Amino acid sequence: MAKIKGAVKVDIEKCKGCGLCVEACPTKTLDLSKEVNSKGYNYAYMADPDSCIGCANCALVCPDSVITVYKTKI
Amino acid sequence: MADLEKIMKEENIVYKKTKVLTDNVMHYCPGCSHGVVHKLIAEVIEELGIQDKTIGISPVGCSVFAYNYIDIDWQEAAHGRAPANATATKRLMPDKFVFSYQGDGDLASIGAAETLHACNRGENITMIFINNAMYGMTGGQMAPTTLVGMKTSTTPYGRNIDLNGYPMKMTEIVASLPGTCYVTRQSVHDAASVKRCKKAIKKGFENQAKKIGTSFIEITSTCNSGWKMPPVEANKWMEKHMFAYYPQGDLKDAERDNPDDYIKYIK
Amino acid sequence: MGELKLMKGNEVIAEAAIRCGCDGYFGYPITPQSEVMETLMARKPWETTGMVVLQAESEVASINMVYGGASCGKKVMTTSSSPGISLMQEGITYIAGAELPCLIMNCVRGGPGLGTIQPAQSDYFQACKGGGHGDYHLIVLAPSSVQEMNDFVNLGFELAFKYRNPAMILSDGAIGQMMEKVELADYKPRWTDEEIEKISGDWATTGKKANRKQHIITSLELDSEIMEKLNHKLQAKYKKMEEEEVRYEEIQCDDAEYIFVAYGSSARICQKSIQIAREKGIKVGLLRPITLYPFPTKPIQKLAEKVKGMLSVEMSAGQMVEDVRLAVNGKIPVEHFGRLGGIIPSPIEVVEALEQKIIGGK
Repeated sequence: MAKIKGAVKVDIEKCKGCGLCVEACPTKTLDLSKEVNSKGYNYAYMADPDSCIGCANCALVCPDSVITVYKTKI
Repeated sequence: MADLEKIMKEENIVYKKTKVLTDNVMHYCPGCSHGVVHKLIAEVIEELGIQDKTIGISPVGCSVFAYNYIDIDWQEAAHGRAPANATATKRLMPDKFVFSYQGDGDLASIGAAETLHACNRGENITMIFINNAMYGMTGGQMAPTTLVGMKTSTTPYGRNIDLNGYPMKMTEIVASLPGTCYVTRQSVHDAASVKRCKKAIKKGFENQAKKIGTSFIEITSTCNSGWKMPPVEANKWMEKHMFAYYPQGDLKDAERDNPDDYIKYIK
Repeated sequence: MGELKLMKGNEVIAEAAIRCGCDGYFGYPITPQSEVMETLMARKPWETTGMVVLQAESEVASINMVYGGASCGKKVMTTSSSPGISLMQEGITYIAGAELPCLIMNCVRGGPGLGTIQPAQSDYFQACKGGGHGDYHLIVLAPSSVQEMNDFVNLGFELAFKYRNPAMILSDGAIGQMMEKVELADYKPRWTDEEIEKISGDWATTGKKANRKQHIITSLELDSEIMEKLNHKLQAKYKKMEEEEVRYEEIQCDDAEYIFVAYGSSARICQKSIQIAREKGIKVGLLRPITLYPFPTKPIQKLAEKVKGMLSVEMSAGQMVEDVRLAVNGKIPVEHFGRLGGIIPSPIEVVEALEQKIIGGK
């Protein structure tokens, strides 16, 4: 049976690590990285990529518009 | 990983940054509501196809640089005077879409007169009001909308009514004016509220084409730096305290008052 | 010959605005200039030329409406009198800083504070030296007749657009209220969108077309290096105005031994004073600055080489006299005579002042 699968791409250099996307994610896909970007922010990343359903909640609340969301049936 | 490659293809994009936003990195603090609202305005402009017809009026305050982020023509107004700029711009170019973007200090304090009179004249403009209960840019001073007891750099012991007066419900005042057609209070703290807020902004712009009066959209917001809270905590604090005093939703969704109802008094 | 009419100075400002293709007027009532908006409202130009006329909630709003309209490349203007012009200073410095063209008429009344509603010339400093904050200048035109009130509306807009700089007509309660014969200008149509595109298409906020970059009207720049450059650019513009736009009139200066320097209403008084003085055998002439900024420094310098003294006649405690002294640079005596509080000096008073302060003072 086809399954809805999502993924997000974070523009790491522009992410300020505010964590609003992590909070907005219903599947706990996202987390803040232990690594930092060149500005010293712990950027958001898919900690659990398998769980992403492509709902785009993360991108909706992102103040810096750094998240692109993909969704497809596999 | 093979799965991810299959998913992350151009044709599978369901959400991406609108082209009406520039590529400039916003100067706002992490988690600032301004960024979300800028994005929503840009998305609405893109969806309505009015990038070449929209003129924004930016305020004095944190969003003074809004023009660096939304790729349209802008006027940077004097503190509080954005509704005056917007009034003239709209009256001189009635077919354009004109919106002002102001914070609480700008709109409700120094520019209270300009705000009320633009709304009272029923200017066919959209006014975006960011209410984070604080002067962000100048370092977190008390705004007219600061809640009682809320600590700011000029109310270090909390806002005190005897000393500072009451928190001002500008949106309720504006809703009582006959010139306004659409007055609403929104927020952008979670995905659902972001969607609602976008609809409200869109309606505000669509109302301009209908020429039915002033659309006024308050967005109850956070100021993480000023509130001295992490972004997620600030959103929770806002839901708990700000929403109680500034109830969310539409206050008015109609047309400006019918002029005939007013003409009759002198007849 | 254009249409001749007997009109008040303030009414003529309104008439000239309509006829020169002005796009918008934004104002607030204040004595002694309320006739401007009253005339516009009676004329209803929105039904003929399409000109927008709006009574704003305050002078603060008026000038910022002008700021908004000017940002769109439109010909916009406001008028007020001294206390109202004080309120407008914030908007004026923003307009100057953002390099926008507009026209402002100040029908000066006596101050300070609420002062009086009678004519004065005590806003010279405010008009010519900035008024608001920062290093900037307005182009300041000083009419001394109702005819010039008419002519300077068009000239003011021309200069404002030529330099992308606010222009001010510095009138006073006497010129504004006085009725005189005036030859009105012919009607000029308002600029079309295409014409605005041609004239101001590289900066006006008319909506960002796909083929161009954003137009941003602002006076803000946080990088001090860039801000200094922007200031130098403004200063270069003012220097060009000083070189190219000085306007003045010389009356009976050829054989003069003394010179009155006076503008506006005072210049009219001085013309009678010249006659009285000459009947007494005192050879006196008048230099009437028409542009107060840029100030006719060089013509005054030139006169200072051949006359014995100058009297700056102003309805103020002595403001323009400072610029006269700067021009003369100590070469000859320069004194000031003026009445305050809304009093127009009599021609005889002026002659007596010349005799006492300049001729007798030698």
